[in-house]
Amino acid sequence: MNQLAMNTTGLAEKVSIRNLKFFYGDTQALKTINLPLFEKKVTAFIGPSGCGKSTLLRVLNRMYDLYPRQRAEGEVLFDGKNVLDPDQDRNMLRARIGMVFQKPTPFPMSIYDNIAFGIRLYESLSRSEMDGRVEAALTRAALWNEVKDKLNSSGLSLSGGQQQRLCIARTIAVRPEVVLFDEPCSALDPISTAKIEELIDELTTDYTIAIVTHNMQQAARVSDYTAFMYLGELIEFDETAKIFTSPSDKRTQDYITGRFG
Amino acid sequence: MANTLGTSASAGFSAASTPEAQALYRRRRRGNGILLSLSVVATLFGLLWLVLILAALLYKGVSGLSVAVFTEMTPPPGSAGGLLNAIWGSLLMTVGGVLIGTPIGILAGTYMSEYGRGRKLTTVVRFINDILLAAPSIVIGLFVYEVMVVQMGHFSAWAGCVALAILVIPVVVRTTEDMLNLVPNQLREAAAALGLPRSIMIRHVAYKAAMSGIVTGVLLAIARVSGETAPLLFTALNNQFWSSDMNSPMSSLPVTIFQFALSPYQDWQSLAWTGALLITFTVLALNIVARAFLSPKAQK
Repeated sequence: MNQLAMNTTGLAEKVSIRNLKFFYGDTQALKTINLPLFEKKVTAFIGPSGCGKSTLLRVLNRMYDLYPRQRAEGEVLFDGKNVLDPDQDRNMLRARIGMVFQKPTPFPMSIYDNIAFGIRLYESLSRSEMDGRVEAALTRAALWNEVKDKLNSSGLSLSGGQQQRLCIARTIAVRPEVVLFDEPCSALDPISTAKIEELIDELTTDYTIAIVTHNMQQAARVSDYTAFMYLGELIEFDETAKIFTSPSDKRTQDYITGRFG
Repeated sequence: MANTLGTSASAGFSAASTPEAQALYRRRRRGNGILLSLSVVATLFGLLWLVLILAALLYKGVSGLSVAVFTEMTPPPGSAGGLLNAIWGSLLMTVGGVLIGTPIGILAGTYMSEYGRGRKLTTVVRFINDILLAAPSIVIGLFVYEVMVVQMGHFSAWAGCVALAILVIPVVVRTTEDMLNLVPNQLREAAAALGLPRSIMIRHVAYKAAMSGIVTGVLLAIARVSGETAPLLFTALNNQFWSSDMNSPMSSLPVTIFQFALSPYQDWQSLAWTGALLITFTVLALNIVARAFLSPKAQK
């Protein structure tokens, strides 16, 4: 693992991806990936379209399981336990590893229920406790001030950027340990994007974060570590500053300087 | 033609300005005018019959409309009466048919869209459902006659309910599957990403997103069965008197219309027109309500 030449003392591996291979039917999309996600750090996955970034992200919470003919080989250790184990409970796993998608996906229900829905599944809280949890989640997602007077209106009535923050609030309301962001800003305007990036930065006090992005400036801004992927392979993984200033692989350098991709 | 376009293009002229191009354009305008006229005539021809039917219904039906229609039983020939028992019977059997058919239809549609998408069973069920959707209702009446009326030894309102339910099911299956298929997969993934089991996702997310469409399907199914005559003729038959006994024959509007309209008696024929008017406007109202449910405003 030459890419781990950096100093990793004092860092705990929250998630360790070991020899991960992934297949869509007969097509291999990921080729033997080895990668750590450090606790309470932001790791960005960058690379040209089709390089497997989103695929890798969707392995971590076994989202690919929803579809037949997709399968993963290898190990993804989450607090030491392999999440690819067939007897791993997927719903419990997804409650601990949350995910925010490219397109905002509020549920067709009120803003309040969008947040409370996931909580109700795992905890039975009194009305006032639930109110508190909803407020805390919305505050954390920097949305509370904008929606506190209309918690009963539909989540679909919000703007795109607000909807995305609602989705982030919904995700952290169930108190996951890891949050996966799959191009969370690609459908948003620059102001909403800035808000989300700020939010991601604040979330690192409590959460381990992985973010897929096409936007290299975004990766440089929000992440502590960056993984550059190309054609299903992990080319380079290092501290973000290092990747963007002095990458060790030629392909990484070509990509971040805009020579391809 | 190609030659003309070729030379004008190579010479750098606008192709539309040549005399040939203008002649072509005039010819196309003429063709367009002819096709438009034909389409309008065909539309008017189709609408004409609808308007005539509605006019005849209004003209003949409204004159017989009175309080007695809703308060008195179907009369013997030659005396005054109403349609109360027929309206009541229609209501009971339609509600019964919808209550039996809707859950089956929604569950089957849910299987096809949520659990069995892309599976062989789904393809087979969809194919059979489409056949059922197009099956003549008299065939369904005969089928229920054979399996229920003959077995029980008598006509009954239950048999009528079952016949109507069989007509409701394919409509509801189809709309449920179609509407659930319209629910974006991202919404399903978002629910799964929170750790929601699939059954909860379906009940609280997918159904909510597809609700207006599914309700519309059920309303359209009600509209479809409320005018059905043939299946009831073979199953519930008819009844001159008030009856809420589901185990005995029951009157219904369509069958009463059928019987009264074919009779030689003036007052029966008049009641038949009034009954037809009632059914038509019920169906019309249901269709309007269904459209209101499907409107973009109701989607929010």
